[in-house]
Amino acid sequence: MMLIPCPWCGPRNQVEFTYGGDATLRRPAPDAPEAAWAEYVYLRDNPCGPHDELWYHGAGCRSWFKVRRDTRTHEIFGSSPLRDPLDPPVDPRDVQQAR
Amino acid sequence: MNDTARTGERVAGSQPCRLPAGGTAIDRSRALAFEYDGRRYEGYAGDTLASALLANGVHLVARSFKYHRPRGIFSAGVEEPSALVQLARGARTEPNTRATVVELYDGLSARSQNCWPSVRFDAGAIANALSPLLPAGFYYKTFMWPPTPKAWLRYEHFIRCAAGMGRAAGEPDPDRYEHQFAHCEVLVIGGGPAGLAAARAAAETGARVVLCHQSAEFASGLGSDATIDGRPAAHWFAQTLSELRARADVTLLARTTAFGYYDDDLVAAVERVTDHLAAPASHLPRQRLWLIRARAVVLASGAIERGIAYGNNDLPGTLLASAARSYVTRYGVRLGQRAALFTNNDAAYAAALALHAAGIPVGGIVDSRPDEALRGALPALARSAGLPIVPASGVVRARGRLRVSAIDVAPRGGGATRRIDCDVLLVSGGCSPAAHLFSQARGTLRYDPAIAALLPDASPLAIACAGAVNGVFDLAHAIDDGASVGRSAVGAPGPVRHWPVPQRTVPEEPPRSPTGGAKCFVDLQNDVTVRDIAIAAREGYTLSEHLKRYTTLGMGTDQGKTGSLIGMALLAEHLRVPIADVGTTTFRPPYTPVTLGAVAGQARGAHVEPTRRTPMHAWHAGHGARFVNAGLWKRPHSYPRAGESEDDAADREARNVRANVGVVDVSTLGKIELQGRDVTELLNRIYINRWDTLAVGRCRYGVMLREDGVVRDDGTTSRLDETHYLMTTTTANAVAIMQYVERLLQVDWPGLDVYATSVTEQWAAAAISGPNSRALLARLVDVDVSNEGFPFLAVATCALRTAAGPIPARLFRMSYSGELAYEVHVPSGYGRAMWDAIVDEGAAFGLMPYGSEAMNTLRVEKGHVVIGSEIDGRTTAADLGMEKLVNPNKWCVGKPLLARAALNAPDRWQLVGLTARGGATIPRGAKIVADPDRAPRNPMLGHVTSWCASPHVGASIALALVAGGRSRHGESLWAVSPLADAWVLVDVGPSCFVDPEGGRLRA
Repeated sequence: MMLIPCPWCGPRNQVEFTYGGDATLRRPAPDAPEAAWAEYVYLRDNPCGPHDELWYHGAGCRSWFKVRRDTRTHEIFGSSPLRDPLDPPVDPRDVQQAR
Repeated sequence: MNDTARTGERVAGSQPCRLPAGGTAIDRSRALAFEYDGRRYEGYAGDTLASALLANGVHLVARSFKYHRPRGIFSAGVEEPSALVQLARGARTEPNTRATVVELYDGLSARSQNCWPSVRFDAGAIANALSPLLPAGFYYKTFMWPPTPKAWLRYEHFIRCAAGMGRAAGEPDPDRYEHQFAHCEVLVIGGGPAGLAAARAAAETGARVVLCHQSAEFASGLGSDATIDGRPAAHWFAQTLSELRARADVTLLARTTAFGYYDDDLVAAVERVTDHLAAPASHLPRQRLWLIRARAVVLASGAIERGIAYGNNDLPGTLLASAARSYVTRYGVRLGQRAALFTNNDAAYAAALALHAAGIPVGGIVDSRPDEALRGALPALARSAGLPIVPASGVVRARGRLRVSAIDVAPRGGGATRRIDCDVLLVSGGCSPAAHLFSQARGTLRYDPAIAALLPDASPLAIACAGAVNGVFDLAHAIDDGASVGRSAVGAPGPVRHWPVPQRTVPEEPPRSPTGGAKCFVDLQNDVTVRDIAIAAREGYTLSEHLKRYTTLGMGTDQGKTGSLIGMALLAEHLRVPIADVGTTTFRPPYTPVTLGAVAGQARGAHVEPTRRTPMHAWHAGHGARFVNAGLWKRPHSYPRAGESEDDAADREARNVRANVGVVDVSTLGKIELQGRDVTELLNRIYINRWDTLAVGRCRYGVMLREDGVVRDDGTTSRLDETHYLMTTTTANAVAIMQYVERLLQVDWPGLDVYATSVTEQWAAAAISGPNSRALLARLVDVDVSNEGFPFLAVATCALRTAAGPIPARLFRMSYSGELAYEVHVPSGYGRAMWDAIVDEGAAFGLMPYGSEAMNTLRVEKGHVVIGSEIDGRTTAADLGMEKLVNPNKWCVGKPLLARAALNAPDRWQLVGLTARGGATIPRGAKIVADPDRAPRNPMLGHVTSWCASPHVGASIALALVAGGRSRHGESLWAVSPLADAWVLVDVGPSCFVDPEGGRLRA
């Protein structure tokens, strides 16, 4: 079971959280073409390596926040409140190259 | 307790094979009685079942899995492949228990398994004679004809009877189990020399340390003659243990096996709390599952000795050398009259010396290495003790039927065979580090030819190995290694030590020997032989994972702890590659078998999940309600009266709503309070309909979509004040919608000024429905409930009169049943007072409580959709006939994709109402077809989503999703259920059967 570092509560067991998917997704403008909406709803990158994603601390502070996690190893590089950039600001490509 | 086995009734001639003195683990002043296969024996406190059986001269304890060959006790620990027994304890029984780890208690009762009629004479042994017909993978080859599943099932029945283990208990587990969570800086796994040293070094820095050890006593694996700094090792252990016990931040867990290593250094361990006690105290759990989250883990799990493959290497009387030494020195067991040792390393000589010292003659030490390699201290000691050493030789085969009686020994290069008589044979093929948990921690293992074993290499997790598991077998070095690893585990700087590679005894080649034609086992538990490995290699199963599945090598309760490496070596030999290139199978949890009860812990029966009860639950229960689960909630299904069935009760309750008035507990509905300047904007964005037109004091039905345009949930939302709304959700979706709203507010639209709070449990709610509901309400509340004063979809806060005085309430005029109806919400603490007031006042108006079944009947009659039935994750608002709700002038979640052609196709499944003809009953979950053709390819036009026996219509009716349903009104179709053999002609019509104009609700 992973330890998820909630930026407000500290590290907690994974069972307290709900996974929220890709943190970089942005909802298209209301009048965006259908193709843009279809992409937003259905298409996801499936990176092998670092992934910025959302988690929800439902059994704790009820906050959504961002986590950068390696999808291969479950290593977590950092977490941050939604309004802040992920800390440390690792470029996923650098991490991938370093491995 | 079995009363044939009790202390006091001394068993004559008991323990004939106990040495006259010695045995560091046993207490000779405390004799214990036990029973094995119906015979009574005696042992001592401190014995294991295995050591007590050996002390009574019982070597033959089991029959093997496949060939039913006689098997004895092979090891003295968790690695035991052979001595699996069925434990009985009153009504409890536990199969496949390793006799080597069962601590003896007074009255213990066990029996052999996988044999009939007895372990001495086993009819199944015919399999041994037929073994040429039963090679590796025989069942894949033999039982494939005829190629039908039925034939295989028939074969499988017989195979399972013939090959097998013990029998599971057929009754619920009577014991209790606990889960315990722990956090520490350093978890040390293994309480041997390295583990104790690591724990002490870590504890000295002030770190919280947990030390778990799988045996009852720490440092239990050590020989009594060991010394540390010239003093007996026992002194060092006693002192280290007392230091650790004195520290408040150190937790010592004996009888605790760490069996699983999970993400972020979470280790699962099982503590056997009462398994060793004759009469456990009732407050104690049988076992305790520990989930230990450690900042760093020190694995000091030691090493496990391997066997050697030679002919008949499974005969009872054959033991691992270290196990034999342990039985002699720790348990004072005279293992036999005359011993022999077959080894490829120096360390095993200690066992021969221990037997010699205990007065058991050693007839020969067969060493596979040449004479010039035998220069170590232990071989020298053996020489000076006069033990005959036969160098550069191997055991070809062992002789004997139910026990070894002699061995045939031949020189390695070939030559004449000589026989050595012995009734106990010690074998040692070297030691394999017990790196299982390291491997579970995604650690890689590398083959080290110096010790012919896999050593821990690197893991991405915070695990470090110390002592024998690290390949450091020497006692003093292991302690230094432990201390150094323990210090670095807490991040404390320590001296970096480089060991001079100790005089390791080197098996230069795979631990095996020529076979002499007899069966030559690699894996004792699964009866995998050298020949099976050869067959698998020849047939192309050359990856270690394939080899394992094809031959079953390394499966079973021992997971190949004593044999897999031999299999690897043999495979390498067949492939003509180095052993390192063969690779090993992945180790997975559990390291040793874990009782399912320990995994379940307290989560049994009513404790599997929480039970949620509404504030009026006690009233329902006291008035004969039958309850039904709605998620975690208990809701009244109906309130049957004496002599009434549940269906009759629901029918009566539904009729009474339409005729008089009924009340139903709707406290389980999800309720979310929304406050803030931008609630209206939020509602506009998540519901398909408009909310900026909703006045204070009014409510509205709304439908939410998922991002893909499919309906997510429905419910009403009320505007209690300018910036204060109450949203209701379906019972099932209460949590999901709250989470969804929070996600939208936090992630998508942080700029919106809205605060959302779940208040589902803070408010009790009752719906009052029926033509008499207004008259009843007028007696209960302090607001004008006339149609003009409180019209349909009005909302008000009010005071509700109760026997104890007025209580604050929210009043809503909304209807689920299609009748004139209201909902009353009060703070949950007042729920029962509200309910009592409604029931008391209602008596004069013919009020009856109704349950979820009548509620369902009423809503099906009205054509209201429900989540899970009509809102099934595929239907759009248009499919449900609610396309007019979609406001064309605003955006909402899911709307952009609603225009897709497929979501607007004319043949989409659309909501319709069905009425059965001729008094027939529409079957549950029926599919809809146009033609009652019973051919299997009859095209399906849709399916029934909800159904009821409608008192209002006087027929069986249903809601259904039917292809192009709205253009089929007036048609006749068939609702069929081939499983129930039901074929019912139904008339298709609108989904609303009651008051389609809505006159009743607005009356």
